[in-house]
Amino acid sequence: MIGIGVLKGLWVTLREFLGTYPAGRWLLTRLGASTGQGLFTIEYPEVKQQHAERHRVFPFLVYDASPDNLRCVACKICEQECPPQCIHIVGPAKDEQGRPLKAHGRTFPVKFDIDVSICMSCRICVDVCPFDAIEMDNAHELSGFDRFAEMVYTKEQLLKSNEYFQQIKPTEASVVDQRLAAKAAKTAMPPQPAASP
Amino acid sequence: MDQLFVVLKSSVVQLAGRWLPEGALPFVSMGLTIAAIAAAAPVIMMYLTWLERKIIARMQNRLGPNRVGLYGLAQPLADGLKMLIKEDIVPEGADRLVHSLAPVVAVVPALLVFAVLPFGRNMIAADLNVGLLYFLAVSSISSYAIFMGGWASRNKFSLLGAMRGVAQIISYEVPSVLSVVVVIMVAGTLSMGGIVEAQASRWFVFTPWGFVAALIFFLSGVAEVNRTPFDMPEAESEIVAGFHTEYSGMKFALWYMAEFLEAFAISAFTVTLFLGGWQGPAIPLWWVLFGSVCLVATARTIPSVLRVLGVVACVGSGVVAYLANEAVPSWAWFLAKTYGLVFVLVWFRGTLPRLRVDQLMGLAWKFFLPLTLINIASAALWVAMPGPSGGVLAGALLILSGWWLIRLNNPAPLQPRTYLFVE
Ligand code: SF4
Ligand code: SF4
Repeated sequence: MIGIGVLKGLWVTLREFLGTYPAGRWLLTRLGASTGQGLFTIEYPEVKQQHAERHRVFPFLVYDASPDNLRCVACKICEQECPPQCIHIVGPAKDEQGRPLKAHGRTFPVKFDIDVSICMSCRICVDVCPFDAIEMDNAHELSGFDRFAEMVYTKEQLLKSNEYFQQIKPTEASVVDQRLAAKAAKTAMPPQPAASP
Repeated sequence: MDQLFVVLKSSVVQLAGRWLPEGALPFVSMGLTIAAIAAAAPVIMMYLTWLERKIIARMQNRLGPNRVGLYGLAQPLADGLKMLIKEDIVPEGADRLVHSLAPVVAVVPALLVFAVLPFGRNMIAADLNVGLLYFLAVSSISSYAIFMGGWASRNKFSLLGAMRGVAQIISYEVPSVLSVVVVIMVAGTLSMGGIVEAQASRWFVFTPWGFVAALIFFLSGVAEVNRTPFDMPEAESEIVAGFHTEYSGMKFALWYMAEFLEAFAISAFTVTLFLGGWQGPAIPLWWVLFGSVCLVATARTIPSVLRVLGVVACVGSGVVAYLANEAVPSWAWFLAKTYGLVFVLVWFRGTLPRLRVDQLMGLAWKFFLPLTLINIASAALWVAMPGPSGGVLAGALLILSGWWLIRLNNPAPLQPRTYLFVE
């Protein structure tokens, strides 16, 4: 019959309308109808959405124990690979004679800036870093009033502890920790003579 | 309660009579009525936008405006302010005078039709003896406005939208006018007040011809005010915004005001002509007030102070209404029915996709027009043969012809296509 489709459509919207009110839901259950999908809205500033663990926004630099023990060695691979070129690294730090300075047995960057407004959250820097020194953060309220003073994050702002990483992304952090532990065990052990086949 | 506004007005006029000469009082009375309508119209329009956004949002499982004020109730004010301070752009090469005149020409008739609307018992600004004719004449002025706006904008989208709009309004004017002929036939008057009185025993919508006429009048009205699913003149996906593409700021707001007021007017006139106007069963007022107590008490968004105050006010007025044995006032009935139909309008918008131009025209010329003509015959049967036999005949005539028209308009259903060379 002509028009039945229209009536069905009208019923669907009416049901969804009623289903968003407690009284409407009561009525619908009384009628034996489905109560619709209910409200989806998350009222943002008051209520915040629980993000999935894999949710990523902007990279940060990981340090172990203390902020000067950062994992980054200033190899600049991420700087080169970043598609929109928003990473800017100065370093590694050198003394007057031009010999690289070391902290905790590693070289370290003098400056490490990432421009929030240019970063496209692609995670390529994380994937290319050979030292697992950079990871993706999920903090997303990054707006600011000043294009350069607030939107360019310096090394100090980017440094976050490994505990923080474990807290926001437990699965990924434990994988990284295992990998680093395996690496450390390998370097600590004397190199084995390669077994000939 | 029922005559609240009437008493209010006459007491103000009496008060004015102390200072003013006798001859000036009719003008004071007129001025008061005009002021009331002119003040109510923008408020009605603003809160219609709020209502529409809220209802649509709920149908889409959202909350709708909820930031500005309680339940977003101040949102229309914020929007109005925004519209006021926006830049008013007139395109180069536009006909400046006509371009700025068009929205005004659209708003004025939308306001004028309120003059013959009976909002309640004795609450009609001008009970013209040709009220219905006045409404039909004035409401069709909006097609001029749409064409003026579209033409003067010097923009092809505007012009296309305007041409569609005019074609559509003129097409739907015909079934809309023919569908109210039955009301005139049965009520025997063109005055809106008289038509409402004629429905005291039975609302016209509960007769076979009245039901069909109400449906056709309302749907043609929806088409005449360019609302979904008949919003071809403003089809965003094809012609940007149609005739008001080139309007911004307050002029744009005026277009919207005209549109919402017309939508409200269509609902209000459907109520007046077919749904009994301000008539309604004498439900005790305290029932309604008790219902609102429950609503206010359970509304979680309202701060508790306001909730307590609201409950106290409702209970207080409920007790007063119970003691005074008040029924629901006539204007409340009228507004409730009208807003019910406004809800239907929004409900359509939340549900139905836009029609194609040919479907739209086909509906008007191939279905509504013949059906209204048959409907007139059916109403004639009803008038000529009072009693059940006439009613049965009229109903049977309508059902048969409706079925026949549907068959005629949908010749053969399309068969699923079989592809010869494709697996
Ligand atoms: S973050 Fe990683 S890839 Fe980038 S400079 Fe530091 S160590 Fe190299
Ligand atoms: S996430 Fe992508 S865009 Fe952002 S800093 Fe890393 S490589 Fe550059």
